[in-house]
Amino acid sequence: MSDPLAFSTTLQANGAEPLIAARALKKTYVVGDVDVHALRGVDLEVERAEFVAIVGPSGSGKSTLFNILGGLTPPTAGAIHIDGVDLTRLTDGERTRLRREKIGFVFQRYNLLPTLTAADNIALARTIAGNVNHDDPEFNEILDLLGISHRLHHKPRAMSGGEQQRVAIARAIVNHPAILLADEPTGNLDTENSTIVLDLLRDLNGRLGQTILMITHNPEAAAYAHRIVHMRDGRVAGGP
Amino acid sequence: MLNKLVVENLRHRPVRTALTVLAIGLQVTMILTLVGLSRGMVQASVNRTRGIGADIMVRPAGSALIGLSSAPMSEKYLAVIEKLPHVAVATGTVIHAVGGLDTITGIDYEKFVEMSGGVRFLEGGPFRSEREVIIDDYYSRQRNLHPGDTTSLSNVEWKVAGVMESGKLARVFVPIRVLQDLTANTGKLSVIYVKADDPKNVPGLLEALKKKFPDNPIYSMEEFLSQLTVNNIPGLNAFITVIVALSVIFGFLVVFLAMYTAVLERTREIGILKALGATPGYVLNILVRETVVLALVGTFAGILFTFGTRAVIMNRYPASLTQVIVPDWWPIALAIALAAAVAGTAYPGIKAARQDAIEALAYE
Repeated sequence: MSDPLAFSTTLQANGAEPLIAARALKKTYVVGDVDVHALRGVDLEVERAEFVAIVGPSGSGKSTLFNILGGLTPPTAGAIHIDGVDLTRLTDGERTRLRREKIGFVFQRYNLLPTLTAADNIALARTIAGNVNHDDPEFNEILDLLGISHRLHHKPRAMSGGEQQRVAIARAIVNHPAILLADEPTGNLDTENSTIVLDLLRDLNGRLGQTILMITHNPEAAAYAHRIVHMRDGRVAGGP
Repeated sequence: MLNKLVVENLRHRPVRTALTVLAIGLQVTMILTLVGLSRGMVQASVNRTRGIGADIMVRPAGSALIGLSSAPMSEKYLAVIEKLPHVAVATGTVIHAVGGLDTITGIDYEKFVEMSGGVRFLEGGPFRSEREVIIDDYYSRQRNLHPGDTTSLSNVEWKVAGVMESGKLARVFVPIRVLQDLTANTGKLSVIYVKADDPKNVPGLLEALKKKFPDNPIYSMEEFLSQLTVNNIPGLNAFITVIVALSVIFGFLVVFLAMYTAVLERTREIGILKALGATPGYVLNILVRETVVLALVGTFAGILFTFGTRAVIMNRYPASLTQVIVPDWWPIALAIALAAAVAGTAYPGIKAARQDAIEALAYE
């Protein structure tokens, strides 16, 4: 297949595949002379419009799984398909394209560009994705839902953590990604803002059918998901 | 959006942006000032030489077209030339270097006035005794000298007799006999200037002089002045090339350092861009655009600084140095600044483009 991303259309049409399908996924990092086995054979399936929480202690491999699912790094072994695309066959450039077209990221530290306003942070994600249609009524509705319409012309340093995280969520979904990957999205927030952000994620999932995969070590946050996947020592320890 | 990001990045670090612009500006100023000085001084020399009013100049045998000479030509030449047909006036000068590019010129005052069509004194007047000097207004301003003041030239104390309007051959004049004796060149001349009785007789007179003194370089003034250019001054072009090369290295290092620091500082931001799906080319594009903006603004600043250096030079060294503004070199300076800046961005840019997204996002 010359264009692995184009292959997804065929599989989507068949409707035969889950949105995420990982089989015996392994990832080994070489640190000096030592091999560190971050993932030791992960099996995971996520259906469209699911809201899944991945929980586990530090070192359980959940961040590594996040990076592989987000196309930030390739697995060492195993199989993984996202929206019909076989990630193991992708080049660096194709993984970049996958991130642009199919993945939205929300990070613990928000990761907004400090030099740009909230609106420009969101617009930048559009531009990188080649999405020139800035008149998107659905997205404007989402901005209202996120409660940040009045803060769009502020830079991150002038916003609270909760507001920054809501802007980051807006940026993550502006291009209508297949998956929203959230890495400890409430890790830096107080209880009130954590509740707001988690409610928003649940709303986005419920209203738009946005598939969400959230990594957290907070059981209260995980409880917002449809399903909780437990990880330990580089393997899935629980789930369906 | 990309341009907005570039501008905001530059605005976000105002001190580094300002320092980089300043450094590129200085690089451009260095080039433009050097070229402006070269051209200005040559042009000033042309104007002053033209101001003597001669039609022909006779130089000592074996002398180069351009160069400071002592006085290796006998005064007897002058006597012979004065007797040739169609010679209205002929006068010899002695040129003596007194340090740096400054010289004093020994003249026969009456002949000099006759040839140049008169001297306009702004202060004082002609020589009244042997150890007197006439200076032009530029020299007067640079050294703050006025009639009655004394100045030391070539280890001799001279009294200022007058300040004349500039534009006549040189800036500092002393009586020719005194300079000949002081420099052990009694009876010798550096250059002989000849004025024809009628401009139409100049070619014939030129031929006659060349026939009479076949070993001496003899030029019509127009021919001599047309060859008095930056290109014909030995070593000057090589000097300019060296300075330009040094400025390119200087610009390269400044931009390299600035962009390398920028890439390190923005490692996390680069990680964010990559997570959003930015390609290596996109990241490189941002840095190159930032560099181009810095080079453009820096060049503009450098051009403005050049007006400043000219003002300072013309104020502090009006007699020794003349700087002109050289607009035809502005695009060249821009090209040099751009080339150095883009070269300086290459390594940091590629480093940024190849940055691993996960490592970049984890960068503190």
